[in-house]
Amino acid sequence: MNFLDLIWLIPLFPALGFLINGLIGKRMPKNAVAFIAAGAVLISFILSAGAVLQLLQLEPAQRAHTVKLYEWINAGPAHTTEGPLARFTVDWAFLLDPLSSIMILVVTGIGFLIHVYSIGYMHDEAGFYRFFAYLNLFMFSMLTLVLGNNYLMMFIGWEGVGLCSYLLIGYYFHKRSAGDAAKKAFVVNRVGDWGLSIGVMLIFLTFGSLDFKVVGEKVREGVISGAFHVSDPIFIGIAIALFIGATGKSAQIPLYVWLPDAMEGPTPVSALIHAATMVTAGVYMVARSNFIYQMAPQAMVVVAVIGALTAFFAASIGLVQNDIKRVLAYSTVSQLGYMFLALGVGAFAAGIFHLMTHAFFKALLFLGSGSVIHAMHHEQDMRKMGALKKKIPVTFWTMLVGTLAIAGTPGLAGFFSKDEILWKAFSSNQGHVLLWLLGACVAGMTAFYMFRLLFMTFYGESRVDHHTEHHIHESPKSMTAPLVILAIGSVVAGYIGFPAWLGGSNAFEHFLEPVFEPLPIPLGPEAEYSHTAEAGMAVASVAIALLGFGLAYFKYCRRSWEEQREIRQYGPFYPWLLNKWKIDELYDLLFVNRAKGAGVGMWKFDAKVVDGLVNGSAGGTVMSAVGSSWWDRWIVDGLVRFIGGFIKTVSWPLRLIQTGYVQNYALVMILGVLVFIGYVLWGTP
Amino acid sequence: MVTTFHYLLLSAALFTIGVIGVLTRRNIMIILMSIELMMNAVNINLIAFSDRLQQVTGQVFAIFVITVAAAEAAVGLGIVIAMFKNKETMNINEIDLMKW
Repeated sequence: MNFLDLIWLIPLFPALGFLINGLIGKRMPKNAVAFIAAGAVLISFILSAGAVLQLLQLEPAQRAHTVKLYEWINAGPAHTTEGPLARFTVDWAFLLDPLSSIMILVVTGIGFLIHVYSIGYMHDEAGFYRFFAYLNLFMFSMLTLVLGNNYLMMFIGWEGVGLCSYLLIGYYFHKRSAGDAAKKAFVVNRVGDWGLSIGVMLIFLTFGSLDFKVVGEKVREGVISGAFHVSDPIFIGIAIALFIGATGKSAQIPLYVWLPDAMEGPTPVSALIHAATMVTAGVYMVARSNFIYQMAPQAMVVVAVIGALTAFFAASIGLVQNDIKRVLAYSTVSQLGYMFLALGVGAFAAGIFHLMTHAFFKALLFLGSGSVIHAMHHEQDMRKMGALKKKIPVTFWTMLVGTLAIAGTPGLAGFFSKDEILWKAFSSNQGHVLLWLLGACVAGMTAFYMFRLLFMTFYGESRVDHHTEHHIHESPKSMTAPLVILAIGSVVAGYIGFPAWLGGSNAFEHFLEPVFEPLPIPLGPEAEYSHTAEAGMAVASVAIALLGFGLAYFKYCRRSWEEQREIRQYGPFYPWLLNKWKIDELYDLLFVNRAKGAGVGMWKFDAKVVDGLVNGSAGGTVMSAVGSSWWDRWIVDGLVRFIGGFIKTVSWPLRLIQTGYVQNYALVMILGVLVFIGYVLWGTP
Repeated sequence: MVTTFHYLLLSAALFTIGVIGVLTRRNIMIILMSIELMMNAVNINLIAFSDRLQQVTGQVFAIFVITVAAAEAAVGLGIVIAMFKNKETMNINEIDLMKW
């Protein structure tokens, strides 16, 4: 079977699952709903795995397979900066290359595990079918996003995942906070999508095409022929516009504020959408547009700096949060910052590598936290947990693996990808030692807040209230099985990118090389570093992580959480950290209240000026109508009545022939006809 | 030998019967039937001349008339039924709504 030509089926099955569950799921048993939803994703996963395996058998240079289903848009000639030659044509076509293969494997693989987990987690929810319908719609959108071969299809998927994110964050719509969080996510994402759409339009305007391959080729040809130069304003413009889109979807400064609130959604949603897949769409998009970013080093600097700052900033907030899911949410923002740091220093492969390993361990951590929440009867506050290790052992051990992986323990997935990023941040000629320093600090903070989470939840004395204490139970198999699989993935996933300094071949980077082929532009001399330097860096970052672990151990494992101690140790920073640096309040002040003020102003304008005009003209009309009615009643009606009465009086003899009998009228008619006939026969000479 | 004259005679006779029926009868159903009679008299007239002049136009008109007659019967019977429901009578002398 030729899986390569079947890649268009990969998004189709979740779409079918969505249609079935969305339309008739309400009337189906829960088992059937779950079976359809998870089965659809499983089929997609099998198709993806088959296609990727067949792609691997091709020569590296040939590893790009396009399946065009049909021509989607064919508009007339459009004016571009190249002249009025380009036709606006967009195909509904799917592209499988190394980058999209990794994405579809992550999306369908982890997506399937999370579907299975959701069967157990969501079992008692009333909107079971609705949840799975949304989840399948999300899978369809996400797969369209990563498989589409042009920017417009990516945009469709991009908006689709945004919609699903909104729907799923607001899944518990009867809770006001959930509805608000959903709205916030949607509105903040719109700001980003504005940037993305500007970027896509600029791309068409410049290159006359939206096809990834065509645009890439045109950039390359333009560089060779001298039509395009590095740092051309148009490239910087496109790169920045696309990055604005990425900051929205992938929760970077300044648009990251929606992601922590998105934790209002059910936990499997947080794992799938707000950790493993959707939020990485921005990373994917920037990596996909690497040919544009390579032409805009200034924009790359912006990406790297924003990424590093986001990583640091979010990690600092994560240090003191007490809601188990919020810690993970800030951790996600922070890790996404790492990915953008990698992209920004030109290490596209390292960014995608971290995307993949992060998908494993962050999905694992979220699902683990879901399992904790499930056991605790929807208690998310870590201050009310503790000593859960013995009660929910599977959850504990798998979460321990996830924590070790994200903290960068040598040998686990997070270590390889994080170290690759840190090393590139330092050694790449777009890198800088300050970027490395920020990244290394974040590594320490990551280890600290993750172990803090682990210690507060599973160790120490139990702070669970008495009522809940009795009901703590390990989650069902359908929830623990995905945890175990993801834990295994978190251990082994790093080895496909085994770095050269440890004697590996970094197969992952070589696999992605065809996609991230450097443009023929001078980059300046690449500094040469020995493997020893790289190893030294790795040791340094591990040491920093160990420091974070040690601090967490002494603060939260040996002793339990105390607010007074936190306040004393963090000093004046504590309220700022706890309140997320008051960014939400700042945005409220700057934008939300301004928008509300504008709304109130318009309402007042409407109430006073517009309504005043309407009411005034209505009053005038009433006044004049009173006058007219008098005129109408006495003058006009009077005249009519007078004429009517006059005619009635004059015409009374004529009324007598109006008998009302049809036959009388007919008789008169026939007599008339007879008279005419008589006239015709005899009257004329 | 039946000539056009005979047809016209038959047509005139039928038509006259119809006219007299419409004018003298008091039952609406009979009046409707008389109208049908008049229409068919006209049809015979048309066919007769179509045959005499060797032109198909008359026959086409006859078809038209039959079609119109069918429609008229449907509408007429509908009116009769509605009238009967309201007035409980078929007598045309009791129906003089058009009187002043």
